[in-house]
Amino acid sequence: MCLALPAKVLAIDPMTDMGIVSPGGVRKHVSLALVDDVRVDDFVLIHVYALNKISEEEAKRTLQLFAGAWLTAGEPA
Amino acid sequence: MKYIEEFRRHDLAHQLSAAISKAVKPDRDYHLMEFCGGHTHAIFRYGVQDLMPPNVKFVHGPGCPVCVLPIGRIDNAIELVERHDVILCTYGDVLRVPASGRRSLLKVKAAGADIRMVYSVRDALRIAQENPGRQVVFFAIGFETTTPPTAVAIRQAQAEGLGNFSVFCNHVLTPAAIQNILESPEVREMGAVSIDGFFGPSHVSTIIGSRPYEYFAEEFQKPVVIAGFEPLDVMQSALMLIRQLNEGRYDVENEYTRVVTREGNTKAQALVAEVFELRRVFEWRGLGLVPYSALRLKEAYSALDAEKRFDTPAIAASDVKGCECPSILRGVKRPVDCKLFGTVCTPENPMGSCMVSSEGACAAYWSYGRFRGPEPVSRESVA
Repeated sequence: MCLALPAKVLAIDPMTDMGIVSPGGVRKHVSLALVDDVRVDDFVLIHVYALNKISEEEAKRTLQLFAGAWLTAGEPA
Repeated sequence: MKYIEEFRRHDLAHQLSAAISKAVKPDRDYHLMEFCGGHTHAIFRYGVQDLMPPNVKFVHGPGCPVCVLPIGRIDNAIELVERHDVILCTYGDVLRVPASGRRSLLKVKAAGADIRMVYSVRDALRIAQENPGRQVVFFAIGFETTTPPTAVAIRQAQAEGLGNFSVFCNHVLTPAAIQNILESPEVREMGAVSIDGFFGPSHVSTIIGSRPYEYFAEEFQKPVVIAGFEPLDVMQSALMLIRQLNEGRYDVENEYTRVVTREGNTKAQALVAEVFELRRVFEWRGLGLVPYSALRLKEAYSALDAEKRFDTPAIAASDVKGCECPSILRGVKRPVDCKLFGTVCTPENPMGSCMVSSEGACAAYWSYGRFRGPEPVSRESVA
């Protein structure tokens, strides 16, 4: 029920607050009514509606965290 | 797909697994409850449990909206269709949940009732627009992720004066349910369930933010890490929980920073607050009556409230005999502890809600074969 997919915004219709997004290559119409300041080429998380924008910078930081986990893993206290 | 593949990388999973093995203290267990069914499925689908040391144990929580919906509410929905001749619109999983008298919405539909499976509440609005002579009820269920779209639809129906549309609201709240679990006698006194820390939900938190978890992390001294739904997200969050427990901390940390902030989606929160208000109490399957754990439509929108428009009396209904869904939802039992699991209860013929939903713990055990162990159970012996 709470599953959501990341999708790239391809087009926006400001009159209806609707957008065309592309989760993994398919084109889909979704409502952007819940998210402010969405631009074309942004990534949004979609679950029925677009729920939020995805931060590319934060995603990179999290991936770095994964890669660094082994290096920073201390001995058990 | 961007933001998916890189969070499933095999090499990083093994590095994280090694880091977790190094971080755990050998002289203790780590019982980590994933509240959300989405996490339960990620853990099973990707074999995350197998990448953990044996003293890290996942406890499955009640975060599956179909699973926690009490049978009485489905009986109500069946009554709406049969007595009031409405078009009932709802999400697919709800249709298969067993109701009283060995019925389900799917069986009632097969018998001729006008029940429609929709992907979105917008589909239900469209059906109401296309059928002005019929009453259309949207059977709304879900946690905070699913509530804002319902709020938008209610506002739109009000604005358009769509007189034949109403909502049978069953939206529920995550923090109230987590608090209920922590206050339950099983956790507090009996010690039947050990919970050392929580994985916070992914997409619920994108709406409500990480702030609502701060109260009970502090009050009950349990760490919370908001975790994404991909396998590496779950593993990194497990590592963060283990480190907090080792250091004696109980903070709210956020692993899913790419979409979750402390404040959450304030626009969505404002919409929900405008349309909905708290119910004083709501029944959950497994948890019983939970105070201030669900929403109903505010007075200003009461014309769109199916419970006001139609007669929906509280129906006390019991689960199928032998079904352990209530205990499984509280983390007290595992699916394999249920006598019905895999014998009479399978996804094709579910007896309880945890086997119906794609987020339910029983469906996860069954679908990914986690109950089979070294000796595979033959199809004949369980049929």
